[in-house]
Amino acid sequence: MLYREVGELKASYAADQAIFPIRQDRWLMLAALAAAYLVVPVAGSEYWLLTIMIPFLVFALAALGLNLLTGYAGQVSLGTGGFMAVGAFATYKLTTALPGLNIVLALLLAGTITALVGVLFGFPSLRIKGFYLAVATLAAQFFLIWMFNKFPWFYNYSASGVISAPPRAVFGRFYVTGAEADPRAKYLFVLTVVILLALAAKGLVRGRVGRAWMAIRDMDVAAEIIGIRPLRTKLLAFALSSFYCGIAGAMWAFIHTSAVEASAFEIDRSFEILFMIIIGGLGSILGSFLGAAFIVLLPIFLDNAPRLAALEIPVNLVTNLQSMIFGALIIFFLIVEPNGLARLWAIGKEKLRLWPFPH
Amino acid sequence: MRLFRTFLAGAAVAIAVFGLGADTAFAQNEQFIPRLVYRSGPYAPNGIPFADGYVDYLDMINSRDGGVGGVRIAYEECETGYNNDKGVECYERLKNKGPTGASLVDPLSTGITYALIERATADKIPVVSMGYGRADASYGAVFPYVFTLPATYWAQADALIKYIGQQEGGLDKLKGKKIGLVYIDIAYGKEPISTLEKLSQKLGYTFLKYPVSAPGIEQSATWLQVRQQRPDWLFMWGWGVMNSTAIKGAASIGYPMDHFVGVWWSGSEPDVAPAGEAAAGYKSGAFHGPGQDYGVIKDILKYVYDKNSGHTTRDKVGEVLYNRGVINAIYDLEAIRAAQGKFGKKPLKGEEVQWGYEHLDITPQRVTELGADGLMVPTQLSCANHEGNGEVRIQQWDGKHWKFVSDWIKPDREMLTEMYKESALAYAKEKGITPRECEKVM
Amino acid sequence: MDLLATAFVTPFANMWDNPQFVLEVVIGGLLSGVMYSLVALGFVLIYKASGVFNFAQGTMVLFAALTFVGAIERGLPIWGAFIIAVAVMVLLAVAIERLMLRPLVNQEQIILFMGTIGLAFFLDGFGQLVWGSDVHPLDIGIPKAPLIIGGVLVNEFDLVAAVVAGSLVVALALLFQHTAVGRALRAVADDHQAAQSVGIPLRSIWIIVWSIAGVVGLVAGIMWGSNLGVQFSLSLVALKALPVLILGGFTSVPGAIVGGLIVGVGEKLAEVFWGPAFGGAIEDWFAYALALVFLLFRPQGLFGERIIERV
Repeated sequence: MLYREVGELKASYAADQAIFPIRQDRWLMLAALAAAYLVVPVAGSEYWLLTIMIPFLVFALAALGLNLLTGYAGQVSLGTGGFMAVGAFATYKLTTALPGLNIVLALLLAGTITALVGVLFGFPSLRIKGFYLAVATLAAQFFLIWMFNKFPWFYNYSASGVISAPPRAVFGRFYVTGAEADPRAKYLFVLTVVILLALAAKGLVRGRVGRAWMAIRDMDVAAEIIGIRPLRTKLLAFALSSFYCGIAGAMWAFIHTSAVEASAFEIDRSFEILFMIIIGGLGSILGSFLGAAFIVLLPIFLDNAPRLAALEIPVNLVTNLQSMIFGALIIFFLIVEPNGLARLWAIGKEKLRLWPFPH
Repeated sequence: MRLFRTFLAGAAVAIAVFGLGADTAFAQNEQFIPRLVYRSGPYAPNGIPFADGYVDYLDMINSRDGGVGGVRIAYEECETGYNNDKGVECYERLKNKGPTGASLVDPLSTGITYALIERATADKIPVVSMGYGRADASYGAVFPYVFTLPATYWAQADALIKYIGQQEGGLDKLKGKKIGLVYIDIAYGKEPISTLEKLSQKLGYTFLKYPVSAPGIEQSATWLQVRQQRPDWLFMWGWGVMNSTAIKGAASIGYPMDHFVGVWWSGSEPDVAPAGEAAAGYKSGAFHGPGQDYGVIKDILKYVYDKNSGHTTRDKVGEVLYNRGVINAIYDLEAIRAAQGKFGKKPLKGEEVQWGYEHLDITPQRVTELGADGLMVPTQLSCANHEGNGEVRIQQWDGKHWKFVSDWIKPDREMLTEMYKESALAYAKEKGITPRECEKVM
Repeated sequence: MDLLATAFVTPFANMWDNPQFVLEVVIGGLLSGVMYSLVALGFVLIYKASGVFNFAQGTMVLFAALTFVGAIERGLPIWGAFIIAVAVMVLLAVAIERLMLRPLVNQEQIILFMGTIGLAFFLDGFGQLVWGSDVHPLDIGIPKAPLIIGGVLVNEFDLVAAVVAGSLVVALALLFQHTAVGRALRAVADDHQAAQSVGIPLRSIWIIVWSIAGVVGLVAGIMWGSNLGVQFSLSLVALKALPVLILGGFTSVPGAIVGGLIVGVGEKLAEVFWGPAFGGAIEDWFAYALALVFLLFRPQGLFGERIIERV
């Protein structure tokens, strides 16, 4: 009753092919954007902005990158952490070598470097598939982290191997990295980058490139027969996915933790992001965000819950319970909806279209 | 579907309960100290006694003295699991608690320290990285809010060389010998390398490096190499399971345990326990004493454990890491006391506690008053020197207890200060920080 | 030029100069490879019979070892503790089948994989909740003395581990080839639906397989725990087993052993002879690189089943 396409007439092809064809969807999206841009920076405390919103957004971007590769193109990759590390270290070397370089340009360049590295490690995908490809990317993961640990050139010969972000500003005035950075400036910068890249990703997957990826994912031999070139398509998937992961890694290192060593991008990180896209929904842009929210925010909520409910529970008990509840919830959600939270959302919308009628 | 609806109902109830809940309130006249701890996860065996020692001391001071200068100490623990992100999250959540905010923060992890330095400096909350973290933060002109007392890794490396020099009959006897370092291949493990390399050039010994990839559960290749190259002395910079595996590895190749000396984070009961008898003779550095035979530890037993409110069991009081937690608390509370001397006996802000730390002067009489003779050495900090003049002692595991086997060793402060300054100034340049002028700071 | 020399000439020159040391490294590698295989066996069993890659295997190893050590610390003799631990793992298998496998039957591999991840988180928290987070030294009397045979250093413990692993593999092979249960397991591994249509009860088979994997995990946990002490890091041994699985093939028990041996030897040789050229600590990624090289020539692993795709 509330949520229908009835009465919405499209007058142009562009309107017909819009991302959100239903009016209510557009309004919801605009409201969400308005809230994100106007309400959160004003109402959110520093804690919220710095430890909840920024990690959520950065991880959503990384999950988006991995979803492009694994969800849309079907190439299972466990090298996400390594690619994030490439982005972080590339940005570090660029900003320390070229002090005048704008942070946005630095991020884009670092993303491109990561894309090239991604292409390099994507070559085995032409021969290996499925779980075994995941293992090839694991080799990339371990090798990259080892490399950043081993060669002092990457961390400018410091004694400990930790790279730390030099202060950089956008529009000359608003610092987004370094000590003087205002949490709100940081948050808005990350939000803008993520939204722009998500929009680009949505466009990609709805177009020819995305269709080629999905064809390769579903049946690569058939795809090859109808003229989709596997080499190009797969390597393009690796390149774009690594671009996204590289930028996510750079923002993680520069904006969130401001000092990072290679071991922050270990195998655990890769698994974490893979979990996000599986829980959120493979092959779905919204799914990347939902999965990131689930994996990043739920543990924080579970850790803080006893205190909010005024219960005095010793910290290690809280952590263990949190682990248990988290694991149980993962299994629960998988039983309820194996295709991820995005599918749950889609089902919800479908039910809403029929509401108040059951079918 | 029914399952899902039940879940939604449950979630709604949960949100209602937690949404309406209030945060813990603190009394107005309390000094708040956030406690970043790890009581679970891979490093828990080392994190738990440290955390227990710290809060037991706080409880004892509250119980025996009514706090510091009449101001009770309130604390809240937050589990970091030795994870940098969680450490940052804990810090952000706790930094504004209590009437004056967090007075200081002990990250208890080199990684978390690095992540917090910038934030805490901007928030004006001192970061106390006792015996870990950035060694070059000892140069307080560049790092006003970071304190590395009583000794850093570089100081420990130097002291270790001095110790084996003593054992060999003089530093000149080290020429031509082979000294190896088994280290975990992360930031923490690599810290001493520059110092040991510098000293190898100065004293003429061959420096052999044996990196172990984290987490170090499999080290047979490393120990085969050690057996092949036979270094005369072996140091270790490990943490967590790497320590116990390394000690077992050394035992399995028959390396003489009394020539195997670990850093102070590689010398505690959880490290030697898995190796059993084979670990007897293993040594490590220390900047404080082990055991229960100190006035302050006895007070803890009396005022906390006799009243059945300790955080661990009586027999674990006095373990190496427990005592380390205790002296961490002692340093922190002494800094608060020093700051109260200037700002008055009330809950203090981070800035004021920073002043207290920079003017910390624990004299030998104060050490006796605290009941810490032999547990810690007198120490004195200043604007440019955030490390104090800590000394290092070597302790040895005899199969049942850790015991000191050397005197307090003074590291080469001149050389170290030069190294700190050089590294800190390079950091300042990279970050665009202007170092403070310490002569002008009062 | 220098790099080429260090990569291709110096290591072999070193090896030529020290044949005894090479032998030592190889033997050490074989023995540590056996330890990896012990862990890999659990993975293979579950993958063979339920088609699930069990991410929680490392945590199950830890959980089993914790139960074992916990029972010993409460005064039970070794055999008593072993039986208790086996019973607990069987109960766990029943619970897993009922609560996770049954509701997720017929889902894609990646969904089941994610389910085992949830299981891993759950067991992590549960294990630490029940048994605490301390290190529990484990000593069940396995001799640990270093032996020098012909100038080559070998550790008694590793030899015992090799014997244990060997007997376990023989026992499993006998189980699979010569018992009715084993036949049923192989049928289920081949095709779930066909097996069901012949009347093989899928549920009981899964319980049996997960129990056996649990027992294998217990043995692995005891061996590794004697080495490291039973503590949280024990669950990290699973990562060491991954390259073994890839090399040997996910579905082959002899593959787990052979893969383990190859990875063990390769890792150690690389670390000792090529490591110094690269600054050391190359073990981690070398195992995966080695597996990758094998994969390029045999995409299903050495002993794995050939992947036949139908378009």
